[in-house]
Amino acid sequence: MITKRIIPCLDVRDGRVVKGVRFKGLGDVSDPVSLAQHYSQGGADELVFYDITASAEGRKLFTGILRETAANVFIPLTVGGGIGGLADFARVLESGADKVSVNSGAVADPGIIGEAARRYGSQCVVLSVDASRVGESWHVFAKGGRVDTGLDALEWIRRGIGEGAGEVVLNSIDTDGVKRGFDLAMLRAVCDFAEVPVIASGGAGNAQDFVRLFTEVPRVDAGLAASIFHFGEITIRALKEELAAAGIRVRL
Amino acid sequence: MIAIVDYGVGNLFSLASSFAAIGAEVTVTGDAGTLLSSERVILPGVGAFGDARARLAEHRLDETLRQVAAQGKPLLGICLGMQLLFSRSSEFGLHEGLGLLPGEITDMAPRLPEGLKTPQIGWNSLHLLRPEHPLLANTKEGDFVYFVHSFSAVGCGDALLAETEYGIPVTAAAARANVMGCQFHPEKSGEAGLRILKAFLAI
Repeated sequence: MITKRIIPCLDVRDGRVVKGVRFKGLGDVSDPVSLAQHYSQGGADELVFYDITASAEGRKLFTGILRETAANVFIPLTVGGGIGGLADFARVLESGADKVSVNSGAVADPGIIGEAARRYGSQCVVLSVDASRVGESWHVFAKGGRVDTGLDALEWIRRGIGEGAGEVVLNSIDTDGVKRGFDLAMLRAVCDFAEVPVIASGGAGNAQDFVRLFTEVPRVDAGLAASIFHFGEITIRALKEELAAAGIRVRL
Repeated sequence: MIAIVDYGVGNLFSLASSFAAIGAEVTVTGDAGTLLSSERVILPGVGAFGDARARLAEHRLDETLRQVAAQGKPLLGICLGMQLLFSRSSEFGLHEGLGLLPGEITDMAPRLPEGLKTPQIGWNSLHLLRPEHPLLANTKEGDFVYFVHSFSAVGCGDALLAETEYGIPVTAAAARANVMGCQFHPEKSGEAGLRILKAFLAI
């Protein structure tokens, strides 16, 4: 049977991994290409690069890094950050990305999801959603999680899938950075209706958080995290061994 | 020289890079002459069957690929490229394929048990039905490879090389004589994928 995926995520600005990354014995690694190779050899199932550059020059650096990564790392590569139209899809796909994730760009113009799905196929279009609890529901936040769009997150995801998104990354603003586990309630609500793969993001603090994620929300397909991998708190291999010991199917 | 067929479908950068990584000389081309004079040919593809089939016809590459197959050269279809090698597909209407592999392409969704999503996206393990086939020379039972697909081949008969389990057995690789296909993406399947590409280079 298909396995649950573990996906490290790298924020890249001006060609370097933001804040750098510290591994035991490796020192400080801020070169995205080396880091991608390191994760791929360590058993990562996929990689996500977020381009958080604002300048055109930084964009160019990013595309160069993408090409170099895709020439050396042979696992799926998703790219997000600053995707606002078909031209952005073309730019990163030509540089070696396999999937493109849209977030604020899709909120501003939901038509981009369908256009990209028709041009490149649904498997290529990942809807990334930053959501936070507001009263009894969850709202979609834009601009890196700073602006409440007022959109109901479940409605928005339903619409995005209807438009042609082939996967959903659900990032909980409430659990992000807190390291006390994924937002299981929100994930459960999305997995109840989503017929495309759902990737959980935000809140992973240790291996047990992933065990709880896949045990308590069995329809979740993948877990994404950044800092617990970057700072060597746990290796992907060790995490997968712990998942396998808990009866969760992973690629070892 | 190995030629990757360029007919305007999908990103060929990773595929070309993966062959370069295992030391192959590779060219990405839509030129019939180049395809006919290369030693091996790869037919890639992502997206919908009908569109891809129309593009092949538009560039008259369907005839070229039949000639490549008739020349006896190793021809490998990947993902949608593999599906195009079969007789027909029922994705968004009925479409004729190239008819180089026995069987047809149908939607997995109605065949799957409840609770399984389409597309199948992710790493799944291979069950080898013909482990002696040269394409699988470097592959072990249970090796994991990366899949992204909603449709799959049925009725392959003895052309079936390997399956994967997704609630039901799903065709993962098939071959008849010099024509081969992988439903998964060897160029995205890490070490296990590169080993399959190496095996193809040795055929």
